[in-house]
Amino acid sequence: MVMIKYIAALAFIVLGPFIGAIVQGIDRKITARMQGRVGPPILQPIYDVKKLFAKEDATVNGVMDFYIILALFFAVFAGVIFFMGGNLLLAIFVLTLSTLFVIVAAYSARSPYSDLGAEREALQVMCYEPFMVLMPVAMFLVYGSFEVATTVDIAMPLIVYMPLIFISLIFILTIKLRKSPFDLSTSHHAHQELVKGMTTEMSGKTFAAFEIMEWYETVLFFGLIGMFFVSSAWWSWLVAIGAIIVCYLLEIIIDNNFARVKWQTTLKWSWAITLLLFVANIAILSFI
Amino acid sequence: MSGTSKSPWIIHYDGSSCNGCDIEVLACLTPMYDVERFGVINTGNPKHADVFLITGAVNERNIGVVKQIYSQMLEPKVVVACGACACSGGIFHDCYNVIGGVDKAIPVDVYVPGCAVRPEALIDAVVAGLGALEEKRAALELASSYEAKELAKAAEQERLAEAASQPLLEEPAKTEEQTDIDINADEEPGE
Ligand code: SF4
Repeated sequence: MVMIKYIAALAFIVLGPFIGAIVQGIDRKITARMQGRVGPPILQPIYDVKKLFAKEDATVNGVMDFYIILALFFAVFAGVIFFMGGNLLLAIFVLTLSTLFVIVAAYSARSPYSDLGAEREALQVMCYEPFMVLMPVAMFLVYGSFEVATTVDIAMPLIVYMPLIFISLIFILTIKLRKSPFDLSTSHHAHQELVKGMTTEMSGKTFAAFEIMEWYETVLFFGLIGMFFVSSAWWSWLVAIGAIIVCYLLEIIIDNNFARVKWQTTLKWSWAITLLLFVANIAILSFI
Repeated sequence: MSGTSKSPWIIHYDGSSCNGCDIEVLACLTPMYDVERFGVINTGNPKHADVFLITGAVNERNIGVVKQIYSQMLEPKVVVACGACACSGGIFHDCYNVIGGVDKAIPVDVYVPGCAVRPEALIDAVVAGLGALEEKRAALELASSYEAKELAKAAEQERLAEAASQPLLEEPAKTEEQTDIDINADEEPGE
């Protein structure tokens, strides 16, 4: 049993970026099809990052590189904690740390665009962090443990106890995946706008590291979705994979159909929706 | 093998174009031509771009901007001059403020004729630019390769040795002013 933990962690480190890249490629393909275009090849994100690695070395300052590498490291670390079945709360804190390093990196460039991106990212952290911390608390109320591994030992999957919290999670993931309508800090589609934000001053290898970090994050978010569906039954894993696919398709549809909102709206919606659903879910749980 | 030729990111700058060429550049992104098929992304950021598409001639006001965008792009990079104006000044060539084609400001790799350029010609030009991009990348790789570094090191050592064999410059004699400076000049005289 102990071996499985290490294998899962290793699989995350090695396969994580590939899965993330291919998912991003499929995302771009589906997006293009929705707009009536053919779209880039599925492996396009990998070509992009390979290209970025071949670019000349030049950064605004050395500190920025360092922060981005730290951000990548902590994103991987958070994933390792999660996929080893470790403490969910800890994994979420480490993931936030990673995002904070990206914010500091963007600030360190001292350019108006990346400053604005950094500010918006900080606001986004404020939007989702309360919920991200409350989610493990709810899990603790149900299972009496913060360990992700508990989900595998118990017959009832989390979704049965926390359906409303799951809906909040999907809402929050739209912000975390930086998808429209919440792609305030940096956007995947709007390349010529202010919203390239945080990544404006990143170039070459630094930008490549940022992209790889996003791939790891995507896989970690898939893990978060899957966590709600796995139980002690073997077929629950298939359900989890199905749920991940459905949720991601939903994110793509949301991404393509909604215009960007202001940060005020993001803050209001995210706090109102996630906190209300959280309280409602906890109230229901306490009555059962 | 490299991703360079598979993901040419573009930055588009409108010099003093009549907007005819710009419309055609943007037409490349529409479902009709969809250059994203080839991994082309129209970034608005010189730091991310590999290909610099310029429409319109260079004039006294924008030459600085063109040069700055070019200098902010990282190697390997190529410049594509789109349309008659960008190639030579076009119908604006004898305007009082027009300097001429883009090559008056920065080195151009691909010239695309046409007034306005056709989207097909533009796609062709970017593909031609990819060849140049690949060459530049190979040159860059060579420059950062082990042999190149060794050669540079050897040259540096030779230069140092030469410098060491030269007699040292004599220390400049102190001028009168310097010797005369009184460190305590600012202090109040003691009572
Ligand atoms: S080449 Fe023709 S269409 Fe293009 S910018 Fe010049 S005048 Fe306009």
